[in-house]
Amino acid sequence: METLKLSALPEQSKQQPINHGRFEAYVDNGGTVMAVAGKDYCVIAGDTRMSDGGYGIQTRHYTKVFQLTNKCVLATSGMQADTIALQKRLKLMLETYQKEHGKPMSTPAIAQFLSNTLYYKRFFPYYTFNLVAGVDEKGEGWIWTYDAVGSHERVKYSSQGSGNQLVIPLLDNQVAKRNQQIIQGNGDVSCDQVVSFVKDAITSAGERDIYTGDFADIVVVDKDGVRWEKFELKLD
Amino acid sequence: MSFEHINFPVFGQVDYFGKQSQQQLQPQQQYTPSHGGKKNTLDPIVTGTSIIAIKYDKGVVMGSDMLLSYGSLARFNSIQRMTKFGGNTIIGASGEYSDFQSITTTLNELVTDDHCMDDGSRLSPEEIWNYLARILYNQRNKGNPLWNTCVVIGYQGGKSFLGKVDLVGTCFKEDIVTCGYGSHIALPLLRKARDDNPNMNLEQAKKLIEDCLRVLFYRDARSSKKIQIAVAGEQGIDISGPIELETYNWNSGEAAVKNFSQV
Amino acid sequence: MYRNQYDSDITTFSPSGRIHQVEYAMEAVKQGGAAVALKSKQYAVLVSLKRSSSELGSYQKKIFVVDDHVGIAISGLTADARMLCNYMRNECANYNYVYENQMRVERLVTKVADKHQVHTQRYGRRPYGVGLLVAGFDQLGAHIYQTCPSGNFYDYKSISIGSRSQSAKTYLEKHFESFEESSLEQLIIHGLRALRETIPNTDDGLNSKNVSIGIVGENQKFKIIEDEAAQQYLNLLENEEPVEMQTN
Repeated sequence: METLKLSALPEQSKQQPINHGRFEAYVDNGGTVMAVAGKDYCVIAGDTRMSDGGYGIQTRHYTKVFQLTNKCVLATSGMQADTIALQKRLKLMLETYQKEHGKPMSTPAIAQFLSNTLYYKRFFPYYTFNLVAGVDEKGEGWIWTYDAVGSHERVKYSSQGSGNQLVIPLLDNQVAKRNQQIIQGNGDVSCDQVVSFVKDAITSAGERDIYTGDFADIVVVDKDGVRWEKFELKLD
Repeated sequence: MSFEHINFPVFGQVDYFGKQSQQQLQPQQQYTPSHGGKKNTLDPIVTGTSIIAIKYDKGVVMGSDMLLSYGSLARFNSIQRMTKFGGNTIIGASGEYSDFQSITTTLNELVTDDHCMDDGSRLSPEEIWNYLARILYNQRNKGNPLWNTCVVIGYQGGKSFLGKVDLVGTCFKEDIVTCGYGSHIALPLLRKARDDNPNMNLEQAKKLIEDCLRVLFYRDARSSKKIQIAVAGEQGIDISGPIELETYNWNSGEAAVKNFSQV
Repeated sequence: MYRNQYDSDITTFSPSGRIHQVEYAMEAVKQGGAAVALKSKQYAVLVSLKRSSSELGSYQKKIFVVDDHVGIAISGLTADARMLCNYMRNECANYNYVYENQMRVERLVTKVADKHQVHTQRYGRRPYGVGLLVAGFDQLGAHIYQTCPSGNFYDYKSISIGSRSQSAKTYLEKHFESFEESSLEQLIIHGLRALRETIPNTDDGLNSKNVSIGIVGENQKFKIIEDEAAQQYLNLLENEEPVEMQTN
């Protein structure tokens, strides 16, 4: 008579050793960032959870959004140690630029510079997934979205990180008005509307993605500079 | 000359699922210290277990046990795993102890140079923490990590500091920091205690850390009940002498022995 | 041409125990346009007189931003000063990268002074022909330092360097006791008055073209005030009573 097996695990996987103690140079600390660009503004959101690469939460207060200039921010998910290194590098270079040229680097220039910086480490990449968001010289809002080694694209909205797959369809539908039968309005939305939409989006990501949660930084960039807002997400 | 056919034991690991026997089938994948040339830490050998720390109203408390393990062997049982750097900072480390000794040497040079500047200011705990994070991150970039998780506590100019750095350079500041088994067992206890009593005083914090180390001793097989507690607060920094934790008395064992001898 | 036979070489002492090349470099500092530095508890201020080589040219920059908390005013060879300024910026940036904190001003000045010293001892080097006034603010408060081509540096309450700086020093010596509790505006006015003392009567005097002001302090990043922005302070100087110094 066939007996019922208690374990649902296949015999094979029990034999797999846990990778314990061996050096892993990369850790994924998770987190979700997203950004939406409007006519003359950008809204950026990023959660503040930092996971330990598994189920553990190392800290609930790690900010993934980093201000580069008065018109430009960088939002990064991925490996926190690499993120810090990347931020420090950019900060150093932008300060040098500011002193040598007597003005801050423009947002499109920063976007290209980030790509170069990432590609510079093409064969030992920063494990980081970036969004550059800001307003250009004409005051128009733009997002630049990257992969880990510097491929990038200038877009009007994007998201990165562990909740990326959850957020992107939402942005496609609500920002780009994709797959809508009846499209209302001319597509111009106010900054406040986008802020409240982005809050909904990151809250939803937090509901389904275990690496997203705790708090969210909501950042608005426009001609007046950069404004920060803290927003509560679920702690579970 | 090749020793690749020799299966060196892999120390410092918990052999949950027969990893070592698994490795014998794939000798080419294992760490053989016979290749000559420079050696990197690819496995920790002599290891310390968790460090836990929490902020109280006017400072920080950190606790650790004093055991160093050699794989599953309790190798050294009275080793201090926390060190003072300058007059404001204490760093505790889990993981490979020799790497921590190396870190200690490096940071001592740093604080000595700082002292020699003699300009009336001292490196803050946060500066030392940042410096340490750069060291650990650089080493990981070289593929030669310092196999530690370091907890940095300090008190300077009326401000307390608590931060953590790990072997890949992950670094952050928090009100509660734990590592290793502490993250599984002590962290929830510490978080709850702090939620219940956000302004705990020094005595309460010390008691809490002690309780957590006791729970860790019960459940973490690589821990011991000989502990030390470090404090960074208004009165400066201090690492206590060895404290023997009061634990449950397993008297039932005596009975068993008695019965056995009567047979 | 030579003052004596021991001055062609930086590595040779004269029999009287002096290194003439270094002393000549110190002379170069005295040729430059005057710069004044002074501080209160919360602020450090630099004021300097810019020169232009001709009517057609612009005025030579005299004050440089090193970091958010440090700036320098220079007197002497501008090209040398730019090298030193780059060096100081680098040091600050490196410190900031490693420690995520601002470099203490004294430590920065010690590093620049050490750099100067190397150029007074190694064969084949020429001393820097520039003096710096370093103004900064850190956890120890506001600071004013002066560096010399010799590698020496001095901590001051207030000081001036450059051509005719003695007149400015005389003014500062009379008034420095009141600086500590001064407001930023008062400090700038004192600086401008001291600077005015260095201008020969035949010249036009201070104007928004030839004055530049650097300020730094608690919650005040190092900022250069010049051109139109400097005019408001010059106006205050214009409108005031004749300088009390003259009545004293």
